[in-house]
Amino acid sequence: MNFHEPTIDYAGISPLIALTVGLCVILLSAVFKPFRRTAPALTLLTLGATAGLLIWQWNDPKSLITGALRLDDLAISISLIAILTAAFCVLLSIRERATEEAGSGEYHALLLGSVLGMTLLAQSTNLVTFFVALETLSIPLYILCATNLRREGSLESGLKYLIVGSIGSATLLYGMAFLYGGTGSTNFAGIADGIARNGLDGEPLILIGIAMAAVGLAFKTSIAPFHQWTPDVYQGAPTPITSFMAVATKAAAFAVFLRFFDVALGSQLDTWQPALAALAAISIVVGNVGALGQDSLKRLLGYSGVAQAGYMLGGVVVASEQGTSSLVFYLAAYAFMNLAAFAVIVARERETVFGDDIRAVRGLAAERPALAWPLTISMLALAGLPATAGFIGKLYLIEALVEGDYTWLAVFIAIGTMISLAYYLRVVAAMWMRPERETLRSGTPAIAGASPEADPVDPEAGRRWYLVGPAVLAAAATVFFGVIPQPLVDFASHAGASLFG
Amino acid sequence: MINSLLWTPLAFGIVGLFLPKRAAGWWAVLGTVATLGIAIAMVVGFDSGNSGLQYVEDTAWIAGLGVDYSLGLDGLNLFLVLLTAVLWTGGVAFAAFRDYERPKTFFFLMLVAETATLGSFLAQDLLLFVLFFDFMLVPFYFLFGAWGHDRTAEGGPTAAGATLKMIVYTLIGSLLMLVAAIATAIIAADGGHVTFSIQALQEQGIGLGSQRWIFWFFAAAFLVKMPAFLLHGWMPDAYRAAPLPALAVFSGVLAKVGAYGFLRVVLPLFPDATVEFQEAILVIALASILYGSVMAFTQTNVRLIAGYSSVAQLGFITAGIFALRADGADGAILQMVNHGLVVAPIFVIVALLVERTGTEDIREMGGMALRAPVLAALFLIVALATLAMPGSANFVGEFYILNGLFQEKIVFAFIAISGVAMSAYYALRLYQGTMHNRGPEGLLSREIGFRDALVLAPLVLCILALSLYPQLILKRTNPTVERTVAGLTEHEAPNSQLAEK
Repeated sequence: MNFHEPTIDYAGISPLIALTVGLCVILLSAVFKPFRRTAPALTLLTLGATAGLLIWQWNDPKSLITGALRLDDLAISISLIAILTAAFCVLLSIRERATEEAGSGEYHALLLGSVLGMTLLAQSTNLVTFFVALETLSIPLYILCATNLRREGSLESGLKYLIVGSIGSATLLYGMAFLYGGTGSTNFAGIADGIARNGLDGEPLILIGIAMAAVGLAFKTSIAPFHQWTPDVYQGAPTPITSFMAVATKAAAFAVFLRFFDVALGSQLDTWQPALAALAAISIVVGNVGALGQDSLKRLLGYSGVAQAGYMLGGVVVASEQGTSSLVFYLAAYAFMNLAAFAVIVARERETVFGDDIRAVRGLAAERPALAWPLTISMLALAGLPATAGFIGKLYLIEALVEGDYTWLAVFIAIGTMISLAYYLRVVAAMWMRPERETLRSGTPAIAGASPEADPVDPEAGRRWYLVGPAVLAAAATVFFGVIPQPLVDFASHAGASLFG
Repeated sequence: MINSLLWTPLAFGIVGLFLPKRAAGWWAVLGTVATLGIAIAMVVGFDSGNSGLQYVEDTAWIAGLGVDYSLGLDGLNLFLVLLTAVLWTGGVAFAAFRDYERPKTFFFLMLVAETATLGSFLAQDLLLFVLFFDFMLVPFYFLFGAWGHDRTAEGGPTAAGATLKMIVYTLIGSLLMLVAAIATAIIAADGGHVTFSIQALQEQGIGLGSQRWIFWFFAAAFLVKMPAFLLHGWMPDAYRAAPLPALAVFSGVLAKVGAYGFLRVVLPLFPDATVEFQEAILVIALASILYGSVMAFTQTNVRLIAGYSSVAQLGFITAGIFALRADGADGAILQMVNHGLVVAPIFVIVALLVERTGTEDIREMGGMALRAPVLAALFLIVALATLAMPGSANFVGEFYILNGLFQEKIVFAFIAISGVAMSAYYALRLYQGTMHNRGPEGLLSREIGFRDALVLAPLVLCILALSLYPQLILKRTNPTVERTVAGLTEHEAPNSQLAEK
C-alpha cells in the first residue's frame, strides 16, 4: 500500500509560519522576566520577517492547501497593509497604559494573532478558511479592545465588540451553510460553478446565503446600517488598537469581500450589484452625517470610517480589475491617512487632560507643529483634497465607478465628500484657528469625576520619537503618494490583475 | 522654463520654512520677483502669431489612469499667468512690510497659493486642471481662517466659520467637476485608452446628451468661484474675514480662474451644450451685473463694496465669453487682466485706509485726500479705470465685450450697458466717500509711506501702461480666441479684428 504524502508548498505558507512562530516566542518570552521588555522588538522583527517573506512571493500566484488558500498579489498587498498597520500599532503602544496593564507579551501576541488571521483571510478562497480566518482575526481584537483594564469604556468596548461581532459571525456562518446547501461546495470556484450550472432562478437558498454573507461582511467592514458598534468600540478601545482595527480589519475584510463577490458570485452581477451599491450609498450618507458634530476624535474617525467604507465598497460593486485596483490603492492611502491621525491622537491623549476630545488639539499648530502638520495632512487627505493620496484614491475609485456604469455612485461620493469637509475641517480649524490663550494642561478634565486616565500620563508625549515619528512618516507618505502616485498605482494594479487578469 | 515658472514659488516657500523668522517675508518677495521675471521672459518670447500651445511640457504622470503632467501657454492664459505673477509680487511685498503671526507659515502658504494658481492656468490636462483648481483653495483656507478677522463683534461669523463656508461652497462645485471630468474622459474614450489631455478630448468629442449634464457640473464649479449671482453666498463673509494682502490676490486672480475655465474647458469640450445653454448663462451673468452693482451701491463696508463690484465685473466677463464671438472673448480676457489690476490695488488701498482710520465703514471715513494727495491720486486712477473711463484699458475691454454681445444678443447687450453706468456710481462712491467729503473728528490723515508706494505705484503704472497699449494683450490673445470660438460657430464668418481704439 502506497501512502502519498501531500506536497506542501512551504514557501507559500512561510508567512503564516513566521507569524505563528513569532507569536509563540513572544508569548513564551513573557514568562521569563529578563525577556519581558523585548516583546515590542520581537513583534516588529516578526512583522518584518513576514513582510519580507510575502514580498519574496510577489508576482508569483499559487494555490495552497488544496485550494483553500490562494497567495496572489491581492493577498500579499492586503497582508502588507495589515502588517504595516500592526507595526505602527506596536510603536504607538509603547508606554501605553493598556500594554502595561494587560502584560506586554500577551498584548503583542494577541496583536500578532490578529495579523495572522488577516493574512489568512486575505488568502482564503474557501468558506471554511474564510470563517476560521475571520474568527482568528476577531477574537484577539475582542480581547485587545478590553485591555485597558481599569477603564470602564475599554471593557464596554470589548464586550460590545464581542457581542456584535459574534452576531455578525453567526449571520455569516448561517449564510455559508445556505450557500453550501445550494451549491454543494465550500470552494469559491466550486460555488461559482454551482451557480453557473443552475442559475439563481428558483434558488432562494443561495440568495438567502448571499444576503446573509453580505450582512456578515458588512458588520466587519462597518458598513451602514450594520455600523452601530463602530463609534462606541472605536472610542472605548485603547487608541493604538483602534488605529489597528480601523485600518487593518477593514483591509482584510475587503479582500475577502472582493474574492467572495467578484469571484465566487462573479456570474451573478445583476443580483448583488444593486444591493451592494445601495449599501455603499447608505454608508456614505450615514457615516458622513453621523460624524458631524462629534467632539470625540475617535468617534469622528469611526463615523468617517463608515463613510470611507462606503466609498471603498464602490470598488467591490463594479467587479472589475480597475475597481479592485482602486480599492487596494484606497486601502493603502487610507492606512497612511488614518495612522497619521491616530498617532497624533495618542500623543495628545497622553499629554493633555482632554483625552480624545477635539479640545485636545486646540492651538496645536502653535504648540506642537510636528503634530499639527501630520494631523492637518491626514484630515485634508481624508477629505480628498489634492496633493494627497486621498485625492488620487478618490480619483481612482471614481474612474472605476464611471467605467463600470455607476456614475450615480460616483456623484454620491462627491456629495459625501462635501459633507465630510464640515467635520474634517473642524479639526483643522481647531488646530490652526482661534488659538486658546490659557494653557491646555490646566483646563478642566474631559470627564466629570476625573477618573485617573484623564490625567496627563506623559506631558512630553508630543516629543517622543515613537509617536512623532509614525505621525510624520505616515503624513509624508500621504503627501508623497499624492504627488508621485505611480509606485502605489503599480502596486495596486498588480492586485487588481491577480483577481481578474 | 514653464516648469521653473510653476515650481519656483513653491521651492522658495519650502526653503523659507527653514530660514529665520525675520527673513521670511523678504525671501518670499524674492520668490515672487523671480517668478515674475520668468513670466515676463515667457511673454517676451511668446510667438504672437501662433494660435497653438507654446512652451509645451507633456509627460505621463499617472500612466494607469491616463493623467498627464501637461502644461502649456497660449493666448488664453498667457496674460493671466503674468497677472498672477504681478499681483502676487505686490501682495507678498505689501505683507512683507507688516507683522504677521507665524510669518514663516504665512508666507509659505502665500507661495503655495501662487504655485497652485499658476498650475490651474497652465494645466493642459483636464485632471491636472481640476487638481490645481481644487488645491488653490487649501492655502487660502488657512490664510483666511488662521490670519483672518473674527467678526463676532458685528454679529458676523468667526474667521474659521467664514472660511469653512467658503470651502464648502466652492468644493461643491469642484467635486462635481471632478466626477464630470472623469466622465468626460471615459465617455470620449468610448472603451479605448482613457486620456485627460484637453486637446485629445476636444478631438474625440462627446455626445450632446452627456454634454448637457457635464456642462452644468463644470459651470457650477466656475460660477461659484467667480462668484456669480445665487452662488455668491460665501463671498461677503469670506471677504470680511480675509487678511487684506491675501484678499488682494484672491480677488484679483482666483475669480478669473472660473471665467478662464469656461474658455479653456467648457467651450472647446462641450460646444453643443455651450450653444444650447448660452442664454441661461447670459441670464446668470446679467443678474450678477445688476445684483453686484446694486449691492455695491448700498454696502457700507469698503471690503464689500469692492467685493460686490467684483461680482458685477465678473458678470460682465462671463457675458463677454458667452457672446460666443471672438471679440466678446477677446474683451473678456482683456477685462480679466484689467479687473485683476484694479481690484488688487483697491484692496491695498483699503488696507491703508483701515490702518489710518481704524474702521472699514465708509460712513466713518472721508477727507483723506487733504493730507494725502499722492494716495488720493493713485486711488483716483484706479477708480477711473474701474468705471472704464474712455482711454483706459477697461474701456477697451468693455467695448469689445459689448460689441460681441450686441451682434449676438442685442437684448442682453442693452441690459449689460446699464452695468457700465452703474460701475461709475459705485467706483466714485468708494473714492469720494473715503478721499473727499468731510472727514470725521480725529481722523488720522497720513500720506502713503514710501514702502507702500513702492507696492502700489507699480500696479498703477501697469494700469496706465495697459491703457496706452491694450494691443499688447489683444494681439497675442486673438489667434487662440479665434480658434476657440471657431469650434462653436463654424457657420458664422470669422470675426475681423475690431478697429483700433
